[in-house]
Amino acid sequence: MMNLQGLWTEAREQSSTEMRDEIVHRLYERSRKLCAAGVKYPEKKDVRTERIDAILTSPVLGFPIMLLMLGAVFYITIAGANIPSSLLADFFGSLEGPLENLFVYLHIPDWIYGILVAGLYRGTTWVISVMLPPMAIFFPVFALLENYGYLPRVAFNLDRIFKSAGAHGKQSLTMAMGFGCNAAAVLSTRIIESPRERMLAILTNNFVPCNGRWGTLILLSSLFMASHFTGGFKSLITTLVIIGLVMFGIVITFLVSWILSKTALKGVPTHYTLELPPYRRPKIFDTVIRSSLTKSWAVLMRAVKVAAPAAILTWIAGNIYIGDASVLQHVAQFLDPFGRLLGLDGYILMAFILGLPANEIVLPILLMGYLSTGSLTEAGSMAELKNILSEHGWTWLTALNMMLFSLLHYPCGTTLINIYKETKSKKWTFMAFLIPTVIAVIVPLMTTFAAKAFGWV
Amino acid sequence: MNNAYRIALAGNPNTGKSTLFNALTGLRQHTGNWAGKTVSVAQGSLQHKGNHYDLIDLPGTYSLFSNSADETVARNYIVFEKPDITLVVLDATSMERNLNLALQVLEMTKNVIICINLIDAAEKQGIKINEHLLTRQLGVPVIKVSARNKLGFPKLLDTIDRIITRAIECNPVPTIYDEEIEEKISRLEPKVKELWKDGPSSRWVSLRLLDGDEDLMREMEKRMGREENDESSRVMD
Amino acid sequence: MRESKMTLADAEKGDVIKISSLGLDGVMRRRLLDLGFVPGALVEAVRKSPLGDPMAFKVSQAVIALRKEESSKIEGELFNDE
Ligand SMILES: Nc1nc2c(ncn2[C@@H]2O[C@H](COP(=O)(O)OP(=O)(O)O)[C@@H](O)[C@H]2O)c(=O)[nH]1
Ligand SMILES: [Mg+2]
Repeated sequence: MMNLQGLWTEAREQSSTEMRDEIVHRLYERSRKLCAAGVKYPEKKDVRTERIDAILTSPVLGFPIMLLMLGAVFYITIAGANIPSSLLADFFGSLEGPLENLFVYLHIPDWIYGILVAGLYRGTTWVISVMLPPMAIFFPVFALLENYGYLPRVAFNLDRIFKSAGAHGKQSLTMAMGFGCNAAAVLSTRIIESPRERMLAILTNNFVPCNGRWGTLILLSSLFMASHFTGGFKSLITTLVIIGLVMFGIVITFLVSWILSKTALKGVPTHYTLELPPYRRPKIFDTVIRSSLTKSWAVLMRAVKVAAPAAILTWIAGNIYIGDASVLQHVAQFLDPFGRLLGLDGYILMAFILGLPANEIVLPILLMGYLSTGSLTEAGSMAELKNILSEHGWTWLTALNMMLFSLLHYPCGTTLINIYKETKSKKWTFMAFLIPTVIAVIVPLMTTFAAKAFGWV
Repeated sequence: MNNAYRIALAGNPNTGKSTLFNALTGLRQHTGNWAGKTVSVAQGSLQHKGNHYDLIDLPGTYSLFSNSADETVARNYIVFEKPDITLVVLDATSMERNLNLALQVLEMTKNVIICINLIDAAEKQGIKINEHLLTRQLGVPVIKVSARNKLGFPKLLDTIDRIITRAIECNPVPTIYDEEIEEKISRLEPKVKELWKDGPSSRWVSLRLLDGDEDLMREMEKRMGREENDESSRVMD
Repeated sequence: MRESKMTLADAEKGDVIKISSLGLDGVMRRRLLDLGFVPGALVEAVRKSPLGDPMAFKVSQAVIALRKEESSKIEGELFNDE
């Protein structure tokens, strides 16, 4: 009996390019005939999409509009999340008193109170109040833009730049997905046809800050960069800082793509086709509900699931003493010299290490770390937060460095797992960890050095 | 309880497959107006006239000749997982290119429903589609719907039911190629059938052999899981 | 009047070109065929990206953007009279 190889070879010999074209051609011919018989087109062409494209992809306005859209999405998110965030924080904070009373009333031992309230409750509610509002606003706003059809236009406008970095134009689509979640974005790189360019997209996706990092970025920039402003103006400054940061991430993306495509992933940009679908008005209500409720909820649940054990662990580590310092303090002290080099400190580095499973929990862990040592024991409102940080020697430079480290550092655990699943390569998964980490160390090192050399702090 | 029937949603990117999937199953698969929004398989269920159905939302694909990883996911499902019904979702405003994929699916499997979506958008543009004529010329049911506005669903569900209960039969009208190709197909076809009896349609596999679809052959080889495993790397050069 | 034999890369906005041949092989040839860039098809140049490349073409009722590398290998004849 003949095997597949045999058949393959036999067919190969009988086939030719013309024959292959003929097969496709015949199908198209039939499609065309079917359409001619069964579909009636109007005299007049629909020019709506063309008109909109003339603006959104125009040589003059294309790029400014793109920047404006990005800014608008961030501004709406930041300004909108502001109040709900502090309301949530206040609300959860105000429940701590009654909770404590309840624990006292029930004669529950202190250490259980510590684990459950100071650890679990505080950690998870922090994740919720810092992360949920921006997510619940960002996801629907972005989904509307996405369903309307704007994303392919971004890929169309930016393709030339990606090409000169040796990357694929569709990488901008996967980067856009990264704003939501890097782990999902790694899956979305499947749309990139060539393995080399797909790898570039995977390795650099992390330089787009995902929703899990937004809370941290927004909070730090509004506390330390926009602190002299109030109201809408404060949100505006915060937005500008975030946009600057995002732009920096994009520059790093291009740089890393360019270097990789000249070295480890050498090769010429391969072919590319991109469809620009007609603009379609999304069903606004459905889209908003679907993305804000289900998506935010799903992402949040994942974060809380990770936050809960991490919070308990942090609390325990902060309350088990070896000698005269807690385990947490020992670790922080050990990391401290290195942290100082980067303009950070030992607690911050520890928070990032413990935050590997999910970026959402980095800031809560950091605060718990600080709280377990500082004189303050409660972190109710946002205003108190700055006190806690300042008390631990924070300046705007610390905030900037933490933001940079957050933007540039290794992908979260879920993303790394997805990278391994998609690439099936331990080596590349490790590279996806190593490249950002090295950059995340170098950049704050440089800013700290520069700030000190110029006497800025 | 009887097992659920599987219905796969195939089609070009951006034809509203995920929207239709959501509307029919009540699930919340994310949609987006760009090619590549869905990159993996999602499953949801649906009940109609006492039958259980599993709906499978697939990534969009321009043809059964896959070019990227997401298209491979779709192709593999349509070709190898053999859904009970393949629902090909077309964009009413761009029928020509969309029909191209539909014709390919019709070459491959029998139980196909052609679902012309976005009919609201087409009508707004003044495009008129004669689905009865298309039904006759294709040999399978052609149904107009608007997934977004939930129009045309009763007819769609009814047709699904009637195919499952064998009240109607799909008889896809094959695309006929020129004599030379047809002759080669007829020579390859029996050998394909002999090689893999329960495999995908032998006419279609023969065409793909002539097409030189290496990726598909690799996949077939893997799935046949036969003795030639160790030689598999040699096939393709 | 411009010379009528040309590649898609030479097209200007608004030009309609009847494809005569594809100078590409392998996967890309196949992908272009699948998208409707088949010999005999009419293709309209719709617009250029702000940076000049890629260019968007209307082909079988859809708009597809191609880079110069590929569009310069698709040959055809100018179909519109200017
Ligand atoms: N006007 C209209 N738009 C639709 C319809 N179905 C889907 N859409 C829109 O078409 C776009 C693509 O939909 P999606 O379900 O993601 O397509 P998929 O790629 O095939 O899964 C989205 O912007 C939808 O809102 C419809 O019946 N009418
Ligand atoms: Mg989809």
